[in-house]
Amino acid sequence: MTTVAQQPQAAASVGAEAWLRMYRQMISIRLFEEQVNDLYTRALMPGLAHLYIGEEAVAVGVCQALRPDDYITSTHRGHGHCLAKGASPDRMFAELLGKEAGYCRGKGGSMHIADPATGNLGANAIVAGSVGIATGAAFSAKRLGNGRVCVCFFGEGALGQGSLYEVMNLAQLWKLPVIYVCENNLYNEYTHFSETTAGDIMGRATAFGIPAESVDGQDVRAVYRAASQLIERARLGNGPAFLVCNTYRYHGHHVGDINREYYRSKEEEQRWKAEHDPLKLLSRWLAEQGLAAPADLERIHSEVKKEIEAAVNFAIAAPYPSPDEVEQDIYA
Amino acid sequence: MPEKGRELTFAQAIREALAEEMRRDPLVCIIGEDVAEAGTPFKVLSGLVEEFGKERVIDTPISEAGFTGLGVGAAMTGLHPVVDIMFGDFITLTMDQMVNQAAKVHYMSGGAWKVPMVMRTTLGATRRSAAQHSQSLHAWFSHVPGLKVVLPSTPYDAKGLLKTAIRDQNPVVFFEDKMMYKLKGPVPEEDYTIPFGVADVKREGEDITLVATSSMVQVALGAAAMLEESGVSAEVIDPRTTWPLDEKTLVESAKKTSRVIVLDEGYGRYGVTAELAAVIAEGAFYDLDAPVRRMGAMHVPIPFSPPLEDVTVATEQSVFEAARRLCGKS
Repeated sequence: MTTVAQQPQAAASVGAEAWLRMYRQMISIRLFEEQVNDLYTRALMPGLAHLYIGEEAVAVGVCQALRPDDYITSTHRGHGHCLAKGASPDRMFAELLGKEAGYCRGKGGSMHIADPATGNLGANAIVAGSVGIATGAAFSAKRLGNGRVCVCFFGEGALGQGSLYEVMNLAQLWKLPVIYVCENNLYNEYTHFSETTAGDIMGRATAFGIPAESVDGQDVRAVYRAASQLIERARLGNGPAFLVCNTYRYHGHHVGDINREYYRSKEEEQRWKAEHDPLKLLSRWLAEQGLAAPADLERIHSEVKKEIEAAVNFAIAAPYPSPDEVEQDIYA
Repeated sequence: MPEKGRELTFAQAIREALAEEMRRDPLVCIIGEDVAEAGTPFKVLSGLVEEFGKERVIDTPISEAGFTGLGVGAAMTGLHPVVDIMFGDFITLTMDQMVNQAAKVHYMSGGAWKVPMVMRTTLGATRRSAAQHSQSLHAWFSHVPGLKVVLPSTPYDAKGLLKTAIRDQNPVVFFEDKMMYKLKGPVPEEDYTIPFGVADVKREGEDITLVATSSMVQVALGAAAMLEESGVSAEVIDPRTTWPLDEKTLVESAKKTSRVIVLDEGYGRYGVTAELAAVIAEGAFYDLDAPVRRMGAMHVPIPFSPPLEDVTVATEQSVFEAARRLCGKS
């Protein structure tokens, strides 16, 4: 199975090939998530999942700027991060279905995909639950001098958790190579962030002396450009950074959150999809620049579609773990 | 347990274990509040920063959740942090990091990641420190799969168990009774470790078993000496780790003596005494001549005033009296 993130590169100068790779990754995430929704709707998936559709440019733009051995931590809405960092869709689907072939042997599920081979320290179902882990990974990287950085993905809901500010203080005191990437998709579950967030988001970082940037999270080029600079800065030993990516969650908080009009309008959703879709934005730019013809993008789309279909079929056919495994791996 | 030879205090034994492990393994580091020059308020770590430097003995802001979480991530990515939580009462601030993160990372990832981290912290009342600096909350961590919980009761055990904790590949919580730091006992010069899940018979006896943890081991030994003078032979068993737990040694002693008191400085209700009593009752029911008696801390916030605080925990006298009654010798 081809992985989504094949050859992440950190260079700020990017050619057509890299933009097409990012386009392919975003399409992969979109189609992966559409399949997840389908699996849920067909009652083939145990539990729930939190879809990343609409936010693809954030994970792809940031992870494209990372090295394969760099670390990430992810969230309950983490499929996009995991795929963009190099996870294989077949083992991802297998995990979502609770199968032995999954990344966590079926013990983690949708919210806990973790994979040492791609530097994925784990998705986390506690909001802001991984901020300590991410900062600790950066602490190790600095102490061991291995040149790695860690990206800590979290949603704007995590801005309400005090642990975030504790570790940002530590990271800046000790100049740790960690990038706090805040995906502001406007909603803390079912509540608009303006109802939960006092003051200035950027000011939360600058108060610690941490450089902060805010970008259009629907524009993968803007995300990639900002992430590349902040990641390289951290890698050079200049300390942490804070990157706000303004984005939008097309679906509900989770797959079962269907009736959303009590917290946001259908018109708002339609407007974001029509005017700010990350795939449309990139494909339009690629066409304008003459970097890809519509047929090229169509070919990528159909290739990815086949890969995703093969991956989901693999997962459906894969065996469950034996109940004997329930007590395995409690202790190392 | 060595009978004679060099003696160290409990605090010196802890410090020596840390120093030896830090010399052995450059990836071991200490992270916590006032651990460097201050050496902690109890001076347990005095001298370590001079030998190992500030890169490895790391003072933090007062951010227990933050630096515990940092320890979890550092452990996952190649270091072996020993996180210092000054008072056991402050573990409340670290609970998400320990319970939802450290304890579950290995299992949730299907064995892919591991967290070789030690949390050292304290327990114990009677220091006149009131309700937020006196609790013994080790039952909380003992309840959570994925953590190991260590409760040394002598300098010898403290050193050997701490070395094992640092070499373990899992999150280990190591509770030290702050009233025991000055307790002296034999500690050999040569390198040794003590395996987890192996109870220690601190004193052999025939008539009653006193199962005791941490600070209560010394209380049990004192009570056993008093009991001996009154004609009751008491066996004192120290599980040393609440998880993993040496159920076999506890049950066998209960079968031998047929009477058991379980002593622990944590709250009695829903606590370590309850679990150990249940293990013994399940394993030795038909050999028991009396119900297993539990003696934990009273179910009150630890009060400040000495006459109030002193009645909240078991004493040699109260254990002596309870044991006499259990043996039908009121």
